[in-house]
Parts: sequence; structure tokens; C-alpha cells
Amino acid sequence: MAKILIVAEHNGAALNSSTAKCVACAAQMDGAEIDIAVFGASVAEIASDAASISGVSRVLTVERAENHPAIAAILAPQIVALAANYSHVFGPSTTFGKDLMPRVAALLGVNQVSDIMSVEGDYRFKRPIYAGNAIVSVEAPADSTVVATVRTASYQAAEGGNSAPVESTTVDFDIPTHTRFVELKAAASDRPDLQSATRVVSGGRALGSEENFELIFKLADKLGAAVGSSRAAVDAGYVPPETQVGQTGQIIAPDLYIAIGISGAIQHITGIKDAGTIVAINKDEEAPIFEVADIGLVGDLFALVPELTDAL
Amino acid sequence: MEKIIVGLKRVVDYNVRVQVRSDGSGVETAGVKMSINPFDEIALEEALRIKERGEATEVVVVSIGTADAQQQLRTGLAMGADRAILVETDSPPDALTVARVFKAIVDRESADLVILGKQAIDDDNSQTGQMLAAIWDRPQATFASEVRLDGTVATVTREVDSGLETLEIDLPAVITVDLRLNEPRYVKLPDIMKAKKKPLDSIPLAELGIVAAPALGESEFKPPEGRQRGVMVEDVASLVAALKDKGLV
Ligand SMILES: Cc1cc2nc3c(=O)[nH]c(=O)nc-3n(C[C@H](O)[C@H](O)[C@H](O)COP(=O)(O)OP(=O)(O)OC[C@H]3O[C@@H](n4cnc5c(N)ncnc54)[C@H](O)[C@@H]3O)c2cc1C
Ligand SMILES: Nc1ncnc2c1ncn2[C@@H]1O[C@H](COP(=O)(O)O)[C@@H](O)[C@H]1O
Repeated sequence: MAKILIVAEHNGAALNSSTAKCVACAAQMDGAEIDIAVFGASVAEIASDAASISGVSRVLTVERAENHPAIAAILAPQIVALAANYSHVFGPSTTFGKDLMPRVAALLGVNQVSDIMSVEGDYRFKRPIYAGNAIVSVEAPADSTVVATVRTASYQAAEGGNSAPVESTTVDFDIPTHTRFVELKAAASDRPDLQSATRVVSGGRALGSEENFELIFKLADKLGAAVGSSRAAVDAGYVPPETQVGQTGQIIAPDLYIAIGISGAIQHITGIKDAGTIVAINKDEEAPIFEVADIGLVGDLFALVPELTDAL
Repeated sequence: MEKIIVGLKRVVDYNVRVQVRSDGSGVETAGVKMSINPFDEIALEEALRIKERGEATEVVVVSIGTADAQQQLRTGLAMGADRAILVETDSPPDALTVARVFKAIVDRESADLVILGKQAIDDDNSQTGQMLAAIWDRPQATFASEVRLDGTVATVTREVDSGLETLEIDLPAVITVDLRLNEPRYVKLPDIMKAKKKPLDSIPLAELGIVAAPALGESEFKPPEGRQRGVMVEDVASLVAALKDKGLV
């Protein structure tokens, strides 16, 4: 029977929804027993949020000053120590989990299963490769710990309403000092974040300037949506990197995705395959984005977007 | 710093739309254009700039794969790497084995810095750099968009979901690079000629005495479930109506 440890993602103040998505993935295994580990400096509230996720048996907290902000080289050995009691260790395939989990896997001497999109059995999973152009079934050896990241866009967050016990624990190890956190420049934004937003409005190269991107922001605000972008828009400096959607940006699954002045390169589409409804506005009726869009509108964004914003 | 090692993986070119073989045994690679993994070109460009600033003396490119990977290593030499090492194997190695190979090369070469791509665009694993850092017991700075060196300390800005994170790491260390770190240089014809004279050593994987990691079995390759092309609307009013219909606004 699978005993799964999920490494919680949080920012020191609140639990990230990626954690409940990992729980949803783990819960696909028959008779799974799911625990969550929360590492941080002071995590009581985050731990009680984690304990409320349905399907969770137990929450373990590991508190020490060095555990926040999260540094992979510091967390990995502690996770390895806890892993002895589990058949599986999961983290989200966000930048937090992608940075951390392979370090855990290597210390345990196993390969990692990256980006689980579905569970086929306790040791068998499906995952995307080649920017999502192929899906492969992978079989992890049953005689060693399975270390995996969960493709968060493939899962709906598990519901709340639980009150699992919270236990605090400590792990003794030599804390490395070779890696030091300097700062995090987070975009100050009142808008919803890309990962959890139910609606996302994205702009591409066609916006032409940072000033013109205001059009996207206005539409997003009208819809209460998060703002996304293509790589071309980020490279041109119209918007910061954390807005990039796609193979090398964020992979998201909002109910509504509106792509404006984005051609629909394969690397961009990879990031939105699981969106509910895709709307595309593009002046080129041949643009590949229309091949995946549920609703398409051909025309000049500089006329159409203000009109749409007003009409909503 | 003396030596920087850069990983160059030979992968299907990013412009190719890959096809899954009809029998589900894998992805069709026969007759398909192969290139250096795009992130690895960026890794090499960064190493070359560090060397050109006088902060390193040698850049060594390493590929683990079939003899065909010599092509990508030659391109790396033409870009400006000093030396190339091909660790030759016929079967595609798993991530942990690749990390162990890099560790063996790091030990042989006493490297101070290893720069890899943040992910290979074929397996999309995003594991190798982190694994190498783990078994080497050294720092990792993944998804780098800016690297500054000051003696034996690197200050690395990382692209993370919530913004830009900066870490300070002591060398030796592993850095994996993101797309915005730099714009790789183009290779000029005379450089290709010059590269032919640069050393390229081949080492059979078996010679490194690596303990093979338990590999993941891969089977049943399938094309993804495609999205269907939807409807085209004429104007904004019809768009709003369609969204209302679906209960989205
Ligand atoms: C390894 C790798 C990874 C990558 N990862 C990503 C990724 O994660 N995310 C990503 O987005 N890209 C990624 N890319 C880049 C990708 O290949 C494309 O280059 C990029 O997505 C193009 O952005 P764009 O659609 O904004 O620009 P373009 O392709 O230039 O498209 C602009 C579109 O705007 C339309 N347009 C122009 N003017 C107007 C107007 N006035 N009104 C309406 N429409 C107009 C045009 O018809 C065109 O379709 C990656 C590339 C590589 C090699
Ligand atoms: N076979 C290989 N040869 C050379 N470098 C590799 C190889 N496999 C992985 N790498 C390096 O590790 C990075 C991450 O790969 P991956 O973990 O497979 O996504 C790549 O961008 C390369 O820099």
C-alpha cells in the first residue's frame, strides 16, 4: 500500500494551492495514506491549512530558522530523513518542487518521475515529454522510493474540511552554509496569481510596448483575471518573466484563457492545453493559436480589446 | 577560477514537430534535425563570457550519448569551447546516471563550476543539475537569469514562479540556466574550421566505472489528446455572447 509524503509549498505566510493539487494526485492511488511535511521557520498556520485538506492523514512540521526561505540544499537532506517511512515522496512541479525534488531523488539514489499527469498504478504514471507533444507511461522500480513531481495543471486542488493531526518533528543534520538567500523580488500585484487564477488574460509580441500592455491589464481587471504573456512579450521587456506562460514559463489550467496578439507557438500552447475555454484574438486568421482556440476572433487587437473591455 | 564544465545534450531541434511512432514504441527521431539543447547553448555562452572576462581559464563541453553527439560538441568548440569530452553509450542514459557521469568528469577535471541547461527539451526532466549538485554535495542555483562572479562566490538571480530570487553560492557549484540569461553567439565559418583542430576525447561510459541507477521503464508513447478547433466569431458582441453562453462571464 502506498504511503505518500507530500512536501508542502508555501511562502512563509500561506500554503500554495499546488500542495492540495499534489494531494489530489496522490489520492488517485488505491488506499493511499497521505502525509504532508511543512518546512519553515514558523509554520503553525500553514500546517493547519495543510491539515484541512481532505485525504490527508497527518501533517509533520519541521521548524527551524534555516528552513525559510526554502533552499534545496538545506531541505533535501531533511526530506530524505523523513522519506524512510514512505514509499513515495511527491512535490509540485512548480519552480519550488522542480528545484528541490531532484536533489531529494539523487540523495535517495533514484531517478525522479517528473510532471505526473495521471496515476496508472502505485508505480506507474503518465507524463508529458517533448513539450507535451508525446505522453509516456513510466514505471518506477517498486523496490525503491518513488520521488516525483506532480504537474499541477493536471489536477484540481483537493477540497478542505479535514482536520488531520499536526505533529512537530526535528531532523539532525549538518546545515550547509554554502548557499545563502539574498532576496526575492516579487511582483507587487493585487491581481490573482497565475497558478490559482480561474481566468487569465495574456498578451504577446503584438502589444508592441509596455504602455500598450495596459490594454491587457484593463481587460484582466474587468474580468478579475491574472495577467499572462508569451516569451516574446517578456523578452521585449513589456512584462516581467514570472508572467510567461508555456513550456519554459508557467503551465496553467484556468477556466478561461484569453490569448491576445499571441501566434500560438507550440511552446506557448504547452502551457495552456488544460485550460477550460481558450479565446484567441489575432489579426492573422492563419495563426496557429486558432487551431486550439474554442472561440476565435480575427481582427486588430488595438480596436477589439478596448471594445471587449467596455462590453463586459 | 580554472575550469568550467558545460553539458551539451544532443536533442531533436526545437522547431521539429515530433511524431509518436504508430506502434507506440517511442518518438520518431530517424531523419529528424538534431541540435544542441537550446538551454545548453545558453549555458555555453555564459561560460564563454565568464572566460572572456578573465574569470576562468578553460571551458570544457561534455556530452553523454552516441557518437553522433560529436556534431554538437564540434559546434560547441566552434562557439569557443577549448575542449570536448564525449562519454559514449549506445543506450540513452537516465538522469541520475548522467549526473553520476558529470560527477566523474568533475572529479577528473577538478572543475570549479558546472553550467547546465535548466531542462532538456526532449525528456523535459529538469533534474540533472540538481542531482549533480546533490551527489557532489555542493550548491545549486537553478533557472538562472543572471550570474555574477566575485572570486569564489557566485551571485545568481533565478526565475521562480513568484518573481526573481537571488542566491549567493560558494564555488564549486552547479548552475542551471534559463532562456533569458543571454543570447548565444552565432558560429562563423572560420570558427568551424578552427574547431576541427580542437581536442575531442571519447570515453566509453563503461570506463568511468559508474554504478547504474535503477532506471524508469518507459512504454506506451502516445500523442497527446488534442484540443478541437472551436468556432470563429465575427465581432466583439458575438464573443461576449459566446462567453455568456458558457457561463464564463
Ligand atoms: C526552448 C524554447 C522555449 C520556449 N518557451 C516558451 C514559453 O514558455 N512560452 C512562450 O510563449 N514562448 C516560448 N518560446 C518562444 C516561442 O517559440 C515563440 O517565439 C513565442 O511564443 C512567440 O510569442 P508571440 O506569440 O507573442 O509572438 P509572435 O509569434 O511574433 O506572434 C505575434 C502574433 O500577434 C499577431 N498580431 C500582430 N499584430 C496584431 C494586432 N494589431 N492585432 C492582433 N494580432 C496581432 C500576429 O498575427 C502574430 O500571430 C520558446 C522557444 C524556445 C526555443
Ligand atoms: N546526455 C547528456 N549530455 C550532456 N548534457 C546533458 C545530458 N543530459 C542532460 N544534460 C544536461 O542537463 C540539463 C538538464 O537535462 P534534464 O535533466 O534531462 O532536463 C541539460 O540541459 C544538459 O545541460
